[in-house]
Amino acid sequence: MKVSYYPGCSLEHSARDYQESISAVAALLNIDLTEIPDWNCCGATAAHSIDAHLALTLAARNLIQAEALGQDVVVPCALCFNRLKVAEHTLVHQQSALPEMNYQGVIKIWDLLDYLTQPPLLDQIQAKIVRPLRGLRTVCYYGCVVARPPKITQRPDYENPTNMDTLVKRLGGNPYPWSYKTDCCGAGFTISRPDIIDTLVQKLYDRALEAGAECIVVSCQMCQANLDIPQERISRQTGKSYYLPVLYFTELIGLALGHPEVTTWLNRHFVDPLPLLQRRGLL
Amino acid sequence: MAVGTSYGLEPQFTLSDEIFRDRQICVTDCYQCAKCSAGCPLTFAMDRLPHEIIRLAGLGQTDLVLDSNTIWVCSACETCTTRCPNDIDIAGVMDYLKERAVRTGRPVPQPQVLAFHRAFLDDIRLTGGRLHEPLLMGLYLLRSGQGLKKLQTGALKEDLQLGLKMFRKGRLSLKPPRQLQQLGALAKLWHTP
Repeated sequence: MKVSYYPGCSLEHSARDYQESISAVAALLNIDLTEIPDWNCCGATAAHSIDAHLALTLAARNLIQAEALGQDVVVPCALCFNRLKVAEHTLVHQQSALPEMNYQGVIKIWDLLDYLTQPPLLDQIQAKIVRPLRGLRTVCYYGCVVARPPKITQRPDYENPTNMDTLVKRLGGNPYPWSYKTDCCGAGFTISRPDIIDTLVQKLYDRALEAGAECIVVSCQMCQANLDIPQERISRQTGKSYYLPVLYFTELIGLALGHPEVTTWLNRHFVDPLPLLQRRGLL
Repeated sequence: MAVGTSYGLEPQFTLSDEIFRDRQICVTDCYQCAKCSAGCPLTFAMDRLPHEIIRLAGLGQTDLVLDSNTIWVCSACETCTTRCPNDIDIAGVMDYLKERAVRTGRPVPQPQVLAFHRAFLDDIRLTGGRLHEPLLMGLYLLRSGQGLKKLQTGALKEDLQLGLKMFRKGRLSLKPPRQLQQLGALAKLWHTP
């Protein structure tokens, strides 16, 4: 199975654990990820906030590079996915906005979670399980802009996505229902307004615990960073000792499929998932 | 332009017309159901609720909307845009207003947020196409003036400790990302019509 891949900037460094687990899972499932040649940053929140034209051109260039490869493209980051979809929408429906850019719109832009949870791949994943997750209690947290706005993302289940829950269940875990699947983690305010992150993220911790979860599963590296990195600080500020490891869905696949490098990925986290996984007999 | 602090002023339609012209968003379609504000996760940090911004924009209250915190603390999670029964791209209006404030050189009420956005765009331009996270942090500290402030309060030490921890965990590299081969094509993207 061959597909193009747009990793996005943070997967090269701060989300290396995500990248490593994606590469490992792709190899286990015989998926050949071809990195888009010479890709550039999608512009993220900064570009769409203060320079709409740049936000479109940055994302559009990546699509044109991807189209030249002639394969669908898979995107692991929620915001990169959203920005590429916005550019696709403009290039296809409002070409006058970007007259200098020529894009046919014949390739499909996939969110990585959507791609890996296509029924045949789910079956393939399940067939390769060597270490079922033994009822690991999770809540699934989907990046907001993978789902929204549906006019751009073309998702029917934007208020209540379920594919990560289905995946966790198939891996042998126990995904608990909660109402915060697509609530905002504060995204790009990590540096400029950490107080906003703290308020939003503490609410998510409380709701996840209330739902009965012992860890949070994510499919976006920004969500992962915002839930994982400040956990110690939020605990300190609130006098509560939160312990909620924040795992990528690809790490859980790697774990269930017995990949030998799982602990290398998990050791890059701030909230150490090892005590939880050892207690549950998964490592 | 009507300017004031009360809502009972003569409406002006220049702003709403301009939003429609530039972004094809019709703010005057709003009938104030406030569904956007009800679902917004960021209202705790806002000085005006999203539906108020849309109404004020519809009434041409340019100064009131451009001076509001709200447009800068919107996280663009798109909940409002998704749920609006009148199909108004509310998050898109927030972006339009931010960009307008920047282009007119107006002092913004959340300078650190703007400093971050600018540092981010400077970063990808300097590196030649891809974000370098440590550089972003440095540019932000310089641009926002937070560097000096954090040095005085000791918060800089905390930032450095965090950076060091990320480095030890292999999640931060001082080596800049690979420059794009098509640097010329990249530079052209910055050219705004």
